Amino acid sequence: MKQLTGAEILLESLREEGVDTIFGYPGAAVIDIYDRLAKSGIQHVLARHEQGAVHAADGYTRASGKVGVCLVTSGPGATNTVSGIASAYMDSIPIIVLTGQVPTELIGNDAFQEVDIVGITRPCTKHNYLVKRVEDLARVLKEAFYVARSGRPGPVLVDLPKDVIQTRTTYRPIKDVQLRSYNPTYEPNFRQLPKAVKLIREARRPMILTGGGVIRSGASEALQALARTIQAPVAATLMGLGAFPGSDPLWLGMIGMHGTYRANMSSAECDLLIAVGVRFDDRVTGKVETFAPKARIVHIDIDPTSIRKNIPVSVPIVGDCRMTLEKLNALLHTEALGDLREERKVWLNQIAEWKSAKTLRYIQDAVIKPQYVVEKLCEITGGKAIITTEVGQNQMWAAQYYQFDRPNCLITSGGLGCMGFGFPAAIGAQVACPDRLVVDIAGDGSIQMNIQEMATAVQYRLPVKILVLNNGYLGMVRQWQELFYDRCYAHTEMETAPDFVKLAEAYGAVGLRAIRPEEVEPVLRKGLSQPGLVIMDFVVEKEECVYPTVPAGAPITEMLLV
Amino acid sequence: MENGQRKRHILSMLVDNQPGVLSRVAGFFSGRGFNIDSLCVSETTDPLVSRITLVAMGDMAVLEQIKKQLNKLINVIKVMDFTEVEHVQRETALVKVRAKPEHRAEILRMADIFRSRVVDVGSEYYTVEITGDEGKVNAFLKLIKHMGIKEIARTGLVALAREKK
Repeated sequence: MKQLTGAEILLESLREEGVDTIFGYPGAAVIDIYDRLAKSGIQHVLARHEQGAVHAADGYTRASGKVGVCLVTSGPGATNTVSGIASAYMDSIPIIVLTGQVPTELIGNDAFQEVDIVGITRPCTKHNYLVKRVEDLARVLKEAFYVARSGRPGPVLVDLPKDVIQTRTTYRPIKDVQLRSYNPTYEPNFRQLPKAVKLIREARRPMILTGGGVIRSGASEALQALARTIQAPVAATLMGLGAFPGSDPLWLGMIGMHGTYRANMSSAECDLLIAVGVRFDDRVTGKVETFAPKARIVHIDIDPTSIRKNIPVSVPIVGDCRMTLEKLNALLHTEALGDLREERKVWLNQIAEWKSAKTLRYIQDAVIKPQYVVEKLCEITGGKAIITTEVGQNQMWAAQYYQFDRPNCLITSGGLGCMGFGFPAAIGAQVACPDRLVVDIAGDGSIQMNIQEMATAVQYRLPVKILVLNNGYLGMVRQWQELFYDRCYAHTEMETAPDFVKLAEAYGAVGLRAIRPEEVEPVLRKGLSQPGLVIMDFVVEKEECVYPTVPAGAPITEMLLV
Repeated sequence: MENGQRKRHILSMLVDNQPGVLSRVAGFFSGRGFNIDSLCVSETTDPLVSRITLVAMGDMAVLEQIKKQLNKLINVIKVMDFTEVEHVQRETALVKVRAKPEHRAEILRMADIFRSRVVDVGSEYYTVEITGDEGKVNAFLKLIKHMGIKEIARTGLVALAREKK
């Protein structure tokens, strides 16, 4: 039997899991791992800040479907990953975060660069481990990957004391995982499905709501089949965009605070809501008491805690979204459903009427409108790019005006709403998909939160395109101040910002700027066709708002439309 | 989803006997603003498994959510709610009560009535050990309160389900 050091066992275990890329940042506590990593053949992407590394691992995971791995040192290296871990946790993204730790005999001693990262991340990881004996390392890593990717996925952190990494032991690859306390339910309970079928048969105005769970479980096709079989229109949460084609006639758009008029109105009028892989976040439901008041609700989710947490449901179904939908579809095939196209006419006509209200609109006059930039981007890329977003207005305009036809094309920090997410996530997505066009739709505020990652993109020749919708404000907060705080723009104006074109050049990237509307298309065409990292600075209308908008805590039918 | 009235729940859970597990369970409660009324942890016959017995207040919907969330913790093996289940429950308290000469006989008599024992006698205080369900312990405390309780240590409830008949 081979005697390996902890560092070598770590790298062997990663290889066993199929890991070929790590995002990270070295430091004293992990220097032994880096020493072996350099000789391992595993690619390492050196971020410029640990937050960048963990968001990149998140973007990599979403674009590739593999588990992204992030490696950082102890103390500040570890604490800098916390926002990224929390974001992955809220969005159920399986990543592994490996943190260095001071030697075991110094733990609890306030040693240099010591922090209790296991304690700090307990509430924002799916699970975490402190490895105290090198003999446990291989098993812990096996468990970590298993826990991260199974059930409702999520981030898992493994804390690695320096002496554990240096000590030798016999290495035996671990083949399977035994966790008596953890058994995710994938198969839906067979008694529940006929209940759902019964409600579908009785429904006159059905509607489907799809969330991130559909994308994570690869249930898009099954979802589309269901929608077509029962002729139900489909709305999505932010995390669910792309699970159902934006070009389909049954498509309603995004639901919630900045949802479309027809999606929000449909939720208020439907008599059956089939919610798949959603957790009914407050940005989706608005005032919960008034959400879908006329509907019976079928809720499918792999996480039992998501069900009946915020919204009472008629038929709860715990299970994997894809498996459940496939079984439901099979069951529906044996049913004589009749001519549903005919039966749904009134309901679908009503929706068509709401749709004609055309509430996603703007007037492109003398100043560039941010919506116009996103629409043009969608047109030029044929809706085929991988889009990452920052957080705020840029994120909502991306969700509203880019038409997502396929899953895993929108990568955004949905639950945590973590500014600074988009650019490093784009780097991770580009590493995963070197041949795809990856675009970060950003604002001038949030792009500055992880702008140092330009060096990473340039170093690894990652041709990410950044599109800055530059309005000189922290736009979403300014919008709230305009609408709900008497236009008191308290500290939301970014009076000083870097010249993004010069900044791009300083990093060895390409910078372009559009000031007038007629420059938008040429800049986009030029920027998107350039090799390498490009930052496109669009000087847009300063006080444009995202509409529709629902005041926080109001029913989602109470939309401000212009 | 606030429905039903708030009620005391005795939750009994089997968990991995590892460092940090109690912190995960307690952190789950504090992170959601739920108070833990009492808590008792100890090893079971299997040294790899501990039992946590915990008392918390909440309505049914909240409790349903708490139980599901606790089950979701990787180190939690099983969660049982004894509220609707036939069960036995016990708590032990050590009560240090002021023993003025005129009260000494009464303390001994009370201890006898409650089938409890005086386990330490000093010149100023007697320490009484009382075991029973919460109602019994509380009744005892109420009756001796006027003598002056200096200190009290309660174990928190422990409970087991009764055998099904």
